[in-house]
Amino acid sequence: MSITTFENTIEASNLTKSFGNNIAVNDVSFQLKKGEVLGFLGPNGAGKSTTMRMLTGNLAPTDGDVRICGINIITEPKKAKALIGYLPEMRPLYKELTVNEYLTIAARFHKVPSPKIKKALEEAKERCGLSHMSKRLIENLSNGYQQRVGIAQAIIHNPEIVILDEPTVGLDPIQIREIRKLIRDIGQQHSVIISTHILPEVEMVCDRVQIIDNGQLVFHGSIEDLRAQRRGNKLLVGFSKAPALSKLKKIKGVDKVENAENGMFRFHFKEKYLPAEEIVNLSVKEGWGLYHINMDITSLEETFVNLTQTS
Amino acid sequence: MIINVARKELKSLFASPMGWIILSILMFGFGTLYLQGVNSYFEVMSGAVRPAERVGVTIYVGSQIYSTALFLLSVTTPMLTMRLISEERKSQTMPFLLSAPISLSEIVIGKFLGLVIFLSILVIYIFVMLSTLNIWADIDFGYLIGNSFGFILLIASFTALGIFFSSLTNQPIIAAITTFIALVSMVGLGSYFASDPSHWFNYISMTKHYQSFTRGVFDSADIIYYLLFIVTFLTLTVRRLDSDRLRG
Repeated sequence: MSITTFENTIEASNLTKSFGNNIAVNDVSFQLKKGEVLGFLGPNGAGKSTTMRMLTGNLAPTDGDVRICGINIITEPKKAKALIGYLPEMRPLYKELTVNEYLTIAARFHKVPSPKIKKALEEAKERCGLSHMSKRLIENLSNGYQQRVGIAQAIIHNPEIVILDEPTVGLDPIQIREIRKLIRDIGQQHSVIISTHILPEVEMVCDRVQIIDNGQLVFHGSIEDLRAQRRGNKLLVGFSKAPALSKLKKIKGVDKVENAENGMFRFHFKEKYLPAEEIVNLSVKEGWGLYHINMDITSLEETFVNLTQTS
Repeated sequence: MIINVARKELKSLFASPMGWIILSILMFGFGTLYLQGVNSYFEVMSGAVRPAERVGVTIYVGSQIYSTALFLLSVTTPMLTMRLISEERKSQTMPFLLSAPISLSEIVIGKFLGLVIFLSILVIYIFVMLSTLNIWADIDFGYLIGNSFGFILLIASFTALGIFFSSLTNQPIIAAITTFIALVSMVGLGSYFASDPSHWFNYISMTKHYQSFTRGVFDSADIIYYLLFIVTFLTLTVRRLDSDRLRG
């Protein structure tokens, strides 16, 4: 049974976790494809970390199961865990050790054969930009470098899947950029899941997005799907001599017109129609004094709020 | 894999001052006792003690050191066992072990072995120190080997108990205190029932089962007692960690 025969590196089906009466994750199913970066998005306490803990075998689901490259993590945890690299939200670093010592232990735990440990170490350090920090105590490293050690620990055994829980939290903007670049690099060779509540981050690093709220999956699709969700079928139009609303409604393809901020109008149009040209022509003909016409893009934040509040 | 976990524990022990401090203080203590024992041996044995009750230098010095070591270790073991699980939980490093392809029993046994190996350094140290008496006397190696063997079993039992209490809480200090109380009562309570050798408590008392080793006797009942004790508490620890995984 070769790993390469599986198209989906993670298959989670009907994952449910309840703590007493409190249901943290409710019936979540999804797949992670090979070589894909999946963004896990959601407000605080939505169940992102709980889901990740279940994917990595740190927590047993109340119901449902997780298959890592076809291997069930509950019945064959050792085999499945060997394929995953995991960085939890709280970096599990032994601060009294040096970077080299710590990464050697990580490599040994993940069954990297002894003769190859040195090479694995060099590679992981190289990729995370840690080569010049080898002999430093982890305790003495800055926050950003500690995060890199955390990531190095997760990729040292060259796993099929890398799972990073909020990898950019608490870092400064430069460090964030570097870590994002690193995540994109990792995404070229591994399947990656990252969780975050920073929205632009998802657009920058991920191929696919999953939004989770109150333990339920409220959106999942590609970045393009999310953009489409944002764009919607809306135009924001401004006239200096605005006509009556009823007149605007009659324009072909227009579904609904409403007053928007600054005396402008928001046109909702039907699927597959784009009445922009029509509006411009009519405005010239009737002398409405068109000064603004643009696609009305909801901000990512707004989309997010919409998605998470409808559930 | 068990070996790798044990190696990791040893590495952490020696990477922090804690391990070195405990080792050096104990070694200093045992060294002082040894010197005092050797110095006072002739004084005590020549005059005050009747010839029939005189004992060899091995037993005279050895019994002092081993009985003190028993007491000192019931104080220091909790300080070391609290690190094993409690402190890992507190510093959130447990996921590092749990997401590696290692089973819970391998983690627990590895941690247990790591600390037992660490504490065995003391047993070897005492053994070597007492062996130096052989330079000018003809010492009883049977007594030394019996004691060392028994002592390792005792240390292993202390550690097993400690790792279990360590798995019960996220607070290292609480783990240390509860382990300390448990160990002191296991070791100390025996003396309250010494007058009645058939009392049930003597069957479960740790010190009682240690006594045959101090005479150089390898009684299978005593060995089984310690092994059962160790296996019981290690199993309970694994169960405890497993319930964490199940319940969250």
